[in-house]
Amino acid sequence: MVKKRVIPCLDVAGGRVVKGVRFQQLRDVGDPVELAERYSELGADELVFLDVAATVEGRSPLSLVERAAERLEIPFTVGGGIGGRDDAQTLLRAGADKVAVNRAAVDTPELLTELADEFGSQAVVCAIDARGGEVVTHGGKRPRGLAAAAWACEAVRRGAGELLLTSIDADGTRDGYDLELTAAVAAAVGVPLIASGGAGEAAHLAQAFRAGAAAALVASIVHERPERLPELKQELREAGWSVRS
Amino acid sequence: MRVVLADHGAGNVRSVAAAFGRAGATVALSTDPGEVTEAQLVVVAGVGHVRSAARGLGALAGALRTRAERDRPTLGICVGLQLLFDESEEGGSGLGLLRGPVRRLRARLVPHMGWNDLGVVRASPLLGGLDGADVYFAHSYAAEPRDDVATALVEHGSPLVAAVEAGPLAGVQFHPERSGAAGARFLRNTLAWAGGW
Repeated sequence: MVKKRVIPCLDVAGGRVVKGVRFQQLRDVGDPVELAERYSELGADELVFLDVAATVEGRSPLSLVERAAERLEIPFTVGGGIGGRDDAQTLLRAGADKVAVNRAAVDTPELLTELADEFGSQAVVCAIDARGGEVVTHGGKRPRGLAAAAWACEAVRRGAGELLLTSIDADGTRDGYDLELTAAVAAAVGVPLIASGGAGEAAHLAQAFRAGAAAALVASIVHERPERLPELKQELREAGWSVRS
Repeated sequence: MRVVLADHGAGNVRSVAAAFGRAGATVALSTDPGEVTEAQLVVVAGVGHVRSAARGLGALAGALRTRAERDRPTLGICVGLQLLFDESEEGGSGLGLLRGPVRRLRARLVPHMGWNDLGVVRASPLLGGLDGADVYFAHSYAAEPRDDVATALVEHGSPLVAAVEAGPLAGVQFHPERSGAAGARFLRNTLAWAGGW
């Protein structure tokens, strides 16, 4: 049976990791690939690099993606600010295993189909930010008048092979994932769902899995103390969840 | 050992090349049928669809058939495994080196995505030390061999073919280049196996 995944998310800007990740033994704490390798050693099942494309502004995100593709022994997704087909294609061709498309997919849902046709739906993640069950974009500022579950169904029908569902309400609270939202979307679709926003302890990940998530995104909880990652997985294992050792 | 990757524009070619490099091989990407025919080991990677991968192979298809006739080892990874088979439900046609269709998965969750344990069903030098190991899958289709070529299965709704071997042809549905230490072990096994042909 496929294992439940724990996925650290790294926020990147200008080629550096921007949210405080406190690895002590690394020379250069801000290098995303070096951090990613350390998470991989600590048992991360996958990684997400966010905002790589959003922060290009003259700098090429490609060197980061190419280096990650060559050095990582686990899969990684690149997302945040993917403007359209060209961005997504460039990142996938550079070696990203998946791209997470958010606003561009809401604006132009056909994009999901185009990408799935060329790269396969397993490479196409639709990232959905939700507030009060509704889809929002532009960092949570713009409501789109779409119910998250309905948009999730459409995204899957159009070619998304995975959903990255972030509750803007729960994000950063460490009070747990938005379980109602997670359960509603997971029940509506037939693709794996990554729950995101609100992780504070292992019990929260377990709740998200129980609600139907195939994977759980973690950020500040592991960035603060990366050794927390193997502990989380051990706690999940002890609670009876099937996770990779 | 020198490994040649049949370059048909697949997204994961770079990752596969790097992983073979870590395993100790010298890796070259090639679109040259002569080079693909002669190489000591050829790897066909790929993600997504058999249809687009088969189209991308173009002139290399003949070279891969010639290799098989001459007993030269070839490894297919993910869609590269599916390409070894006859035809695909999505419309594309494979190389037909192994008999059987490639069909869409019928599980509750498709794609089959994530780490899953490999169940070795037939001893194979490529899978030494890997029975029960977690490896990474990301696919919506799987080969359904007509002959007894499966060496490992994986459970996702039903048992799916995770690895095949028939003479100089081998294939894995999982991604060794993204399967951590288990994947690295598989690649070292592969180099040793290819050296024996």
